[in-house]
Amino acid sequence: MAILLDVRDLSVDYLADDGTPLHAVDGVTFRLEEGRSLGLVGESGCGKTTVMLAILRLLPQEGRIVRGQVLFDGKDLLQYSEAQMRQVRWQHISMVFQGAMNALNPVRTIESQIVEALQVHSVVEHAQAARERAGELLRLVGIPPERGSQYPHQYSGGMRQRAVIAMALACNPRILIADEPTTALDVMIQAQILELLERLQAELHLSLILVTHDLGMVAEVCDDVLVMYGGVVAEYASSDVIFNDPCHPYTQRLLQAFPDVGRPGAALASIPGNPPRLDDLPPGCRFQPRCDCPRRGPICAHEPPPLTEIAPGHYVACHWVRKV
Amino acid sequence: MERGNYILRKTAFAVVTLLAVIVFNFFLFRVLPGDPVKLIIHSPRMTREAQERIRVQFGLDKPVWVDTDRLRQGDILGALDTQFTAYVVNLFRGNLGISFTTRQDVARLLAERVWRTVVLLLGGEAVAILLGMALGLIAAWRRGTRLDAAILLWGLFSWALPTFFLGIILLILARGHLPVGGMATPGLRPQDGLSYWLDVAKHLILPTITMAIVYTGEYILIMRSGVMEVLAEDYILTAKAKGLSTFRVLRDHALKNAMLPMVTVIALTFGYTVGGAIQVETVFSWPGIGRLMYEAVQKRDYPVLQGSFLLLAVSVILANFLADLLYSVLDPRVRAE
Amino acid sequence: MKFLRQFIHSPMGVIGAAMLLVVVLVAIFAPFLAPYDPYERVEASPEDILAPPDRDHLLGRDDAGKDVLSLLIYGARVSLIVGFTASFMSMLIGTTVGLVAGYYGGRIGNLLMRLADFLMVIPDLPLMLVIIAVWGRGLWKIILVIGILGWTYTARLVRSQVLSIRERQFVLRARALGASDARIILRHIFPQVLPLIIAEAVLDISVAILAESSLAFLGLGDPTLVSWGMMLNFAFERAISRQAWWFLLPPGFAIVWVSLSLVLIGNTLDQIVNPRLRTHHLFDARRMVALVTGEPPQRGVELPG
Repeated sequence: MAILLDVRDLSVDYLADDGTPLHAVDGVTFRLEEGRSLGLVGESGCGKTTVMLAILRLLPQEGRIVRGQVLFDGKDLLQYSEAQMRQVRWQHISMVFQGAMNALNPVRTIESQIVEALQVHSVVEHAQAARERAGELLRLVGIPPERGSQYPHQYSGGMRQRAVIAMALACNPRILIADEPTTALDVMIQAQILELLERLQAELHLSLILVTHDLGMVAEVCDDVLVMYGGVVAEYASSDVIFNDPCHPYTQRLLQAFPDVGRPGAALASIPGNPPRLDDLPPGCRFQPRCDCPRRGPICAHEPPPLTEIAPGHYVACHWVRKV
Repeated sequence: MERGNYILRKTAFAVVTLLAVIVFNFFLFRVLPGDPVKLIIHSPRMTREAQERIRVQFGLDKPVWVDTDRLRQGDILGALDTQFTAYVVNLFRGNLGISFTTRQDVARLLAERVWRTVVLLLGGEAVAILLGMALGLIAAWRRGTRLDAAILLWGLFSWALPTFFLGIILLILARGHLPVGGMATPGLRPQDGLSYWLDVAKHLILPTITMAIVYTGEYILIMRSGVMEVLAEDYILTAKAKGLSTFRVLRDHALKNAMLPMVTVIALTFGYTVGGAIQVETVFSWPGIGRLMYEAVQKRDYPVLQGSFLLLAVSVILANFLADLLYSVLDPRVRAE
Repeated sequence: MKFLRQFIHSPMGVIGAAMLLVVVLVAIFAPFLAPYDPYERVEASPEDILAPPDRDHLLGRDDAGKDVLSLLIYGARVSLIVGFTASFMSMLIGTTVGLVAGYYGGRIGNLLMRLADFLMVIPDLPLMLVIIAVWGRGLWKIILVIGILGWTYTARLVRSQVLSIRERQFVLRARALGASDARIILRHIFPQVLPLIIAEAVLDISVAILAESSLAFLGLGDPTLVSWGMMLNFAFERAISRQAWWFLLPPGFAIVWVSLSLVLIGNTLDQIVNPRLRTHHLFDARRMVALVTGEPPQRGVELPG
């Protein structure tokens, strides 16, 4: 399968008030193949959203991309000018942000905001045709097209999420990035949204990147999984491998921490400690302070573990995981 | 219906405020120390007949508020036969009394001059709104740059500048180049047609510029903070992610959203604007309602003072009410489904 | 207080404070600074009227032959007295109303806010003008009128703050412990609101000074006292045709000086108390990609084959 997105050693710093760079994301590497979906998991603050924003060059003002390459269809996006990026955005790669409730302009109709995307990228120019296409997109996500002329505050939370997805699909992007598409929605709606994403992936041959802290979602929807911790990649493999043969201590703990419906009485395993502070990063492995792996050694505190391929397609960043 | 409720509330508010102003206006001039009757009709220039007419029309020999004697007798309607009732009745008939100094009908006097103030206000406000919004938008967009600091300082400075003093400065500067007083050059009359109106327009330049400069500052400050807030919202990031150019984001998202609170602010500061008009008309001798008030203060012409205050207060209340209505039309969140 | 430190770091605030200090000192030390006593009667001969500046009278003389510089110095007193007193009054009223309306809410709260709304809609200057014209001129009358009409903004501000503080942990705890309403308001809520009030008060003082100047300019100032607005009133009536700029301009600049100083201070305080966002989404993104070139991959990443 063709490689659509090839991210290599992507590193992002945030400049603190006094100008010192905080290394928020370091050495993130992964690939997205056409038609496949990637799940990006990790705790809040581990840098998942930062990686996505960096790809689209939408970081906040204090963000700096300091290393790496983002190859889209073979071309490095980091070499693009802002004007060129504007061509890539939405048309080739689009994003559904966290908290879709606020992603829509409250004083414009849903329809007009979808039409805007269509017209800006010249997908459909004629106003009437654009409105019709917007209606089709709404129907695609399960919203009656007539409701397009309403305003965001007239939609429920779940509907707004779906509307944002419809808007993200307006220009037939090759990649759709969905950042926490179901937080703050109730379980029934969550299921609906997931189903929708799966369906869209199949129908439109969409490549999906799903950013979430919900492993269950990832297990259901994603072909590959990238596990991040403290701004670095911990483990990266196909979904099967991650769930059946996790090798990184963090991945293992993460899976343990997830409540298992099959064992309702079992105690919830949490990972003691806190994620590393960006202004106080451990010099070696970033997970080391919380790692309880018996094989821990002095090297963990001094040297950051490189991301190594321990089996075909299975990458782990840990000193103690050997090649199979 | 959300919107219906909103309109009802705003209408009730406007009506109650109007009533409060009317009552206040009445009592203010009746609580003067000394003989109220004398104060209202006493003026050496008033003819006996005029004095008598006023006495009758305004029932100046009757009780002020409520006739307690008649009330005790059970005569409710009669108890209301008082100065206050006479005042209100006259008000609705359009009778605001007679000017002490010119012996003219106050209502007529006001009607004659009101368009002059309106023209001044419209001109100044229009420029101030457009310029203020544009500069405020630019300052917020270019937050943190020297341009922003300059615009901010300008806004703060014109806020601190007294309107009348700016008028005086411009008057001194423009002397000899632009007409600095009155509405038209003596000798020209409306009958002279276009040349008259052009002359009036020339006389309007300085007062309008003064108003514009002062109020631009106010609007710059408000628009700037409004746009700053809007530009930090999530939907702006979404717009950026959609590949929109900065210009389009500003025009199609930021501007629309920032203008909404501006409508409310413009209405709220309209009272302040009217106060400025009084000062500007005084400095430039522009014969509108403001100048009329100034002259009435100097000559202790209470009926004119009372009438102009009422007119100004009512206009501001109405302006606020209209702005509230406009807001309900513009903001879809206030509209009913 | 950390507020003080933040304030000192702001150039705008420091300049404003310095400017205000100058005015305050001038007002306090007026008798020592002014070359003549402006309240003394002056025997003026015709050449003395509106005389231009010379060595004895650095800013010339006014329409009654008095020294303009002395008038200017003494004028600071009236402006500051009116400004501080009137604004103190409206702060007091506004804070009380805001605290009560915010804390008790319900009918009383609504009623008080409606009252504030009424007052806000009625135009300020015309109202003050009419009241003073009818009531009579005088320093205290002006202070009262400005003070009693100026509480609405503070009240709204305080009320919305109180509404948000009211439900916070420490308030609920105090209530649970049985503290009386007054105690809660004064000891818990008020200190939180105080910084906001102070920031607002400074701006309020400038509004009061501008109001007094405008009223004085329109002829309604206290006739027994020297005030900048009154000076401008006389100057406008009598000096303009003679182009006596030394009488016309200084009082105006003085008003601008003091109100600008207050505005600068107030704006700075406002930024400290209400920190606003410093960036937004529409910045120049050219610096976002800051690739440190030439360095090998830091973490020895093996690019997937």
